[in-house]
Amino acid sequence: MSVDSTVVRRIAHLARIAVEENEVERLRGELNAILHFVEALSEVDVEGIEPIASVLPMQMKKRADVVTDGGIADDVLVNAPAKEDRYFVVPKVIE
Amino acid sequence: MSDLTHLTLADARDALKSKKVSAVELTKAHISAMENARGLNCFITETPDLALKQAEASDARLASGEAGPLEGLPLGIKDLYCSKGVRTTAASRILDDFTPTYESTVSANLLRDGAVTLGKLNLDEFAMGSSNETSAFGPVVSPWKRKGDPGAKIVPGGSSGGSSAAVAAHLCLGATATDTGGSIRQPAAFTGTVGIKPTYGRCSRWGIVAFASSLDQAGPITRTVRDAAIMLRSMAGHDLKDTTSVDAPVPDYEAAIGASVKGRRIGVPKEYRLDGMSAEIAALWEEGVQWLKDAGAEIVEISLPHTKYALPTYYIIAPAEASSNLARYDGVRYGLRMPGRDIVDMYEKTRAEGFGAEVRRRIMIGTYVLSAGYYDAYYVRAQKVRSLIKRDFDEAFAAGVDAVLTPATPSTAFAQGEQGATDPVEMYLNDVFTVTVNMAGLPGISVPGGLAANGLPLGLQLIGRPFDEETLFSLAHAVEQAAPKFDFPEPWWR
Repeated sequence: MSVDSTVVRRIAHLARIAVEENEVERLRGELNAILHFVEALSEVDVEGIEPIASVLPMQMKKRADVVTDGGIADDVLVNAPAKEDRYFVVPKVIE
Repeated sequence: MSDLTHLTLADARDALKSKKVSAVELTKAHISAMENARGLNCFITETPDLALKQAEASDARLASGEAGPLEGLPLGIKDLYCSKGVRTTAASRILDDFTPTYESTVSANLLRDGAVTLGKLNLDEFAMGSSNETSAFGPVVSPWKRKGDPGAKIVPGGSSGGSSAAVAAHLCLGATATDTGGSIRQPAAFTGTVGIKPTYGRCSRWGIVAFASSLDQAGPITRTVRDAAIMLRSMAGHDLKDTTSVDAPVPDYEAAIGASVKGRRIGVPKEYRLDGMSAEIAALWEEGVQWLKDAGAEIVEISLPHTKYALPTYYIIAPAEASSNLARYDGVRYGLRMPGRDIVDMYEKTRAEGFGAEVRRRIMIGTYVLSAGYYDAYYVRAQKVRSLIKRDFDEAFAAGVDAVLTPATPSTAFAQGEQGATDPVEMYLNDVFTVTVNMAGLPGISVPGGLAANGLPLGLQLIGRPFDEETLFSLAHAVEQAAPKFDFPEPWWR
């Protein structure tokens, strides 16, 4: 499989990365080089094989559903590029 | 003592304990080495004042008999680990002046044990790279020089290139690093240092900037196998804040140094003998086999049939996880923000400006393989092949193999600009021997095997059973004892 310039623009938008028109062609080439490289997997017989997301045969650990942290609004906000009182500030999202 | 920076971590520890040297003296020597090596660009942020304060506290604890296992030992911290009150960048512009209000669990463990932290080490941006050339803070220069080529700037490997170069240049006694596809072992091999990626789950990932969460693991880079054992013992351990960290006691890894390897079965996988493998790498591998034989180990040929699919699998799974993990950099809660017409435009401009080319490329690949219509063909298939790669190792270990011996890298270090300029995949091939280990979640150690004809270091890799780092330390020590000795480069950079 390979991608064309329309798909490159669509992926960039899905990934929320602005792409200049003059970058599309280069990106298309690079992405296709990587996709060509991973194409090798299509020859592997994976019939009946379970996909794994985790390598450890482990149970998800559980703990009591109690508050263990919090009350640190100032810490949470300290690195915000824009804030007001105890809120993050973003461009208007609702008309 | 003449040059305190030339002590091993173990010797420095012993010198501090016997009061031959103070933590402040040791720290001042390393601060001076660090400040004189700015041309290598190993550190993104130096914290000499913090280090001296820590050293003074260490001297007080050493005097009162309350010293921890790493008391007073100056270390470097890869700038992927969050440091409380110290700017943490992941070598990316997108984190801007991000200053954590918390400490990563692994670095907190080091501080708990008395370590002194000299500063934050350079790396490939978000740990994505094999040469430290993708850093937004510029490439790291290896202290090593290629024979007859004094002008070439040799890369220290990546992504933990600041860590490997700083340790090889004697700027710190040891450094933290992280490994997602080879980022501890490949830079260690390129710089003549020792690097271990422990079993997935051995170290907490909490507070380490995430790249690919099912693969990322913390580990040390040091100048000797013993030093790596000492550091890993402090770094490892269970952490309630990382559900994938394992609740199992941490052994005294140092006790495994010098243990006999007699009768250990070492697998040599035939699939690692790549077409076109350099004669020098093949010869090193043969020598490694001989060294372990001489130490009493038994060598058996094994088969890991899915080896050649490991890198393609990695370049689906790692970007997929990265595209998800890096979605958090949106210009809202921390880091860089670029103004936009509306919120989506703000996101897109921020991320275009903040991420470098390699990171953008990987996020886009990850987004593509997870997108509707391609998810099964790429991502689910890669997860299935990952099962097969892991099964190859499971079967080898079930057949009685204690560890696997391979070369660490397909070549010695190269110079800046020599790889990946036209085709990103060329750079990816650096991890061909290391990436299988992350896929299977196993521990792997890179140990120096001597110098190549071009004067640059070569490394061997040992891969172990899950949570059997001790066997790796014993075997790596045997290799270290048998391998030709070499000197680290003289400080031409001062």
